[in-house]
Amino acid sequence: MFSYTVRRLGSLIPVLLGMAFIVFMMIRAIPGNPAQVILGQQATKEAVAAMTKELGLDKPWFIQFWDYLSGLLKGDLGVSLKTNSPVSEEIGPYLMATIELALIAMIIAVVIGVNAGIISAWFQNSWFDYVAMVIALIGLSMPIFWLGLMEQYIISIQWDLLPTTGRDNIRDPVAAITGLYLMDTLIAGRVDQFFEVIKHLILPGIALATIPMAIIARMTRSSMLEVMRSDFIRTARAKGMRMFWVVYKHSFKNALIPVVTVIGLQTGLLLGGAILTENIFGWPGIGTYIYDAILSRDYPVIQSGILVIAFLFVMINLVVDLLYAAIDPRIKYK
Amino acid sequence: MKKTLALLLTTILALSLALAGCSSSTSKEKDDDKGGSNEAKGGVLIYGKGGDAVSLDPAIVTDGESFIVTQQVFETLVKYGEDNTEIKPGLAESWKVSDDAKTYTFKLKTGIKFHDGSDFNAEAVVKNFQRWAQSKDEAKFAYYASMFGGFEGDEGHVIKEVKAIDDNTVEFTLNRPQAPFLKNIAMPTFAIASPTGFEKDADNFGKNPSGTGPFKFKSWKPGDTIEVVKNDDYWQDGLPKLDGITFKVIKDNSARLNAVIKGEVDLMDGLNPSDISKVTGDDKLQIFERPSMNVGYFAFNVEKAPFDKKEVRQAISHLINKKEIIDNFYEGTAEPAKNPMPPSVSGYNDNIEDYDYDVEKAKELLKKAGLEDGFKMDLWAMPVPRPYMPDGQKVAEAIQASLKQVGIEANIVSYEWAAYLEKVQAGEAQSFMLGWTGDNGDADNFLYTLLDKDNIGSNNYARYANEEVHKLLIEAQSTADEAKRNELYGKAQEIIHEEAPWVPLVHSLPQLAGTKTIKGFVPHPTGSQSLVNVSIEN
Repeated sequence: MFSYTVRRLGSLIPVLLGMAFIVFMMIRAIPGNPAQVILGQQATKEAVAAMTKELGLDKPWFIQFWDYLSGLLKGDLGVSLKTNSPVSEEIGPYLMATIELALIAMIIAVVIGVNAGIISAWFQNSWFDYVAMVIALIGLSMPIFWLGLMEQYIISIQWDLLPTTGRDNIRDPVAAITGLYLMDTLIAGRVDQFFEVIKHLILPGIALATIPMAIIARMTRSSMLEVMRSDFIRTARAKGMRMFWVVYKHSFKNALIPVVTVIGLQTGLLLGGAILTENIFGWPGIGTYIYDAILSRDYPVIQSGILVIAFLFVMINLVVDLLYAAIDPRIKYK
Repeated sequence: MKKTLALLLTTILALSLALAGCSSSTSKEKDDDKGGSNEAKGGVLIYGKGGDAVSLDPAIVTDGESFIVTQQVFETLVKYGEDNTEIKPGLAESWKVSDDAKTYTFKLKTGIKFHDGSDFNAEAVVKNFQRWAQSKDEAKFAYYASMFGGFEGDEGHVIKEVKAIDDNTVEFTLNRPQAPFLKNIAMPTFAIASPTGFEKDADNFGKNPSGTGPFKFKSWKPGDTIEVVKNDDYWQDGLPKLDGITFKVIKDNSARLNAVIKGEVDLMDGLNPSDISKVTGDDKLQIFERPSMNVGYFAFNVEKAPFDKKEVRQAISHLINKKEIIDNFYEGTAEPAKNPMPPSVSGYNDNIEDYDYDVEKAKELLKKAGLEDGFKMDLWAMPVPRPYMPDGQKVAEAIQASLKQVGIEANIVSYEWAAYLEKVQAGEAQSFMLGWTGDNGDADNFLYTLLDKDNIGSNNYARYANEEVHKLLIEAQSTADEAKRNELYGKAQEIIHEEAPWVPLVHSLPQLAGTKTIKGFVPHPTGSQSLVNVSIEN
């Protein structure tokens, strides 16, 4: 298992290199000179030329790519064209904000999605099954920005239950230490602020959880149905075992592999795909960071931002693969 | 001498430390009584905006999201009027212009300090201008280069020398007269920053700005919030009224409004016209309308037939129903335009009478031009929404329908935005829609930039050339006397109106929403303003 992990980590290098190259080439295919975009429509031709030169964008692409790569090897993610700050310094707070939100969203999605899937499979073709699967279908096709605005309008404004936007109470802000506000508030010993942060997490968490929740519910249901039809479950039931245990222990454990795979994939997707949720809920996350960079053709930020997400994505998949062995002893890593 | 200096510095240091201690303790007090009443204090205003600042160094930024913050921290030598672009004293209390309009002598206010404790004086002003002029860094100080014709040593450079006469007197010598000079140095980008600040660490000055403004920079959470707090040593007594301002980024316009409705945000810019009814229907909220400094227009390429005939251009001017366009596509948030520049800019000629919507008059004029049966034409429509034009395609369709009444068949043409601009600039379009947002609130920035023969191939997309207009505009450029300039611009507008190279369509009005408790907020046409007079009343 240890050597497997090391090998997987080793194979990360070509994957990330390939990613870096593809992203590098793709963003250069977008029309629009970054210098022009940064300086705006009313900039003079000289200013645009000077900026292009200063940014090194007049050099051939392979020299630019080589500069970028050699920087990467030294741990340098480049300097943002727009703000002139190192990406490695800038990216942290955005990444932490997204990780906190994605974690909460995944907790919501897994707890509700898995249980809805199990119960639907247990009572297959019951009203619960139908309702749950119809809701899952709606969840899959729900436009996130619409859902987010509706949540704000109904839950925060009409019912006055939760705040509409932000990560904390802006009038009494949290001091950022780790960037994970749930931890920061506890470090500062502010329990009231901790609950404030949780309140701010619920609405965007639900909005972001909707699609993975639906996918997880459907995957759990079909995986469970398959297992529950197998011989060993029939045996367990024939022996008079209580249905609850049959379902939640024996069946679920065996149905878990595809569910964990889906959870892993969805978690990775959440990291980069939270742009709409972040925009609506004033959440300063990495999705918005990269999206803004694309609009302003901020090459280093786009490149490194996507690279960081790709890295996390691969790491999550590694964790998922390692979990397989823990779930199913038949799987061994050599 | 050295000893006194050391003593002085120590005192300043001790004072600033004590002050820092004070301010942090007040903020703690506020934490404790949050939710309670705070009538004795001004309170903290939460300002919702659509994007984060790029940098807080005003000299290197060009975007409104940065300026709305820097304008609280920094001040300029002269400033614009509260809701117009007339020039008022700022850090300079008075100024004199020499007869040849080449020397400007400013008397500075005394006793002002930068937030880092250093003195504001003539030397500081000189150092700021040197920082820009001597940098020769077109990429960094782009606005300086474009407003003052390049950098020190360049042929077109306007500013020859900036000299400190004494501690409180600064003299600017120009290479040639530049009439909008005062309006230029009133732009928020030319605010005076603390030389101690930008000399010590130029790269990080944008993250740790220090000016003379009513608010001091406190913190910046990237992509999230920027906090500024009251400058207790501010030179105007009793100001600012607020204890601080927190700028909160919420990208989505509707979500930002939701935060205002919920009371999490006090004031927001970028209200969707379609959301106006939500604000007016809520008795806790109010709408603020920003005076317009833009123009959206429909123009003819006067070099292409049949638009080389004045009668045809006038005929079409009579055919466009501006009121209907505003009602249908701007939800009423625009005013009809009759001149190529908005009324908020000084020099606006209000005596001009717009071409009324009159189909019969149009028919007569077409008959005069020998085109009573109509003709076919291309109408270029903008592919993207702009502040002055929310939906180019729809407006083009409305114009198309109007033209049909007299037998003119307009074929709507469109390209991707960058290509559209390029082709219009190259003179390929027969008629087209476009617009302009002012840079410095000067008539020159509209009339000369957009309609002088010098700018054909640049921003004069209509390719309109008129000797008389040219003479007036050039004369106005080299006159420093505001009244005289306004007269010249008034005349130029008369000729342009008569010649009708454009159909000025609208001046759109950006909308802001805030709680009713906000007092003293006056939105400025330039797009952002100091909040020094704003207060929150319970």
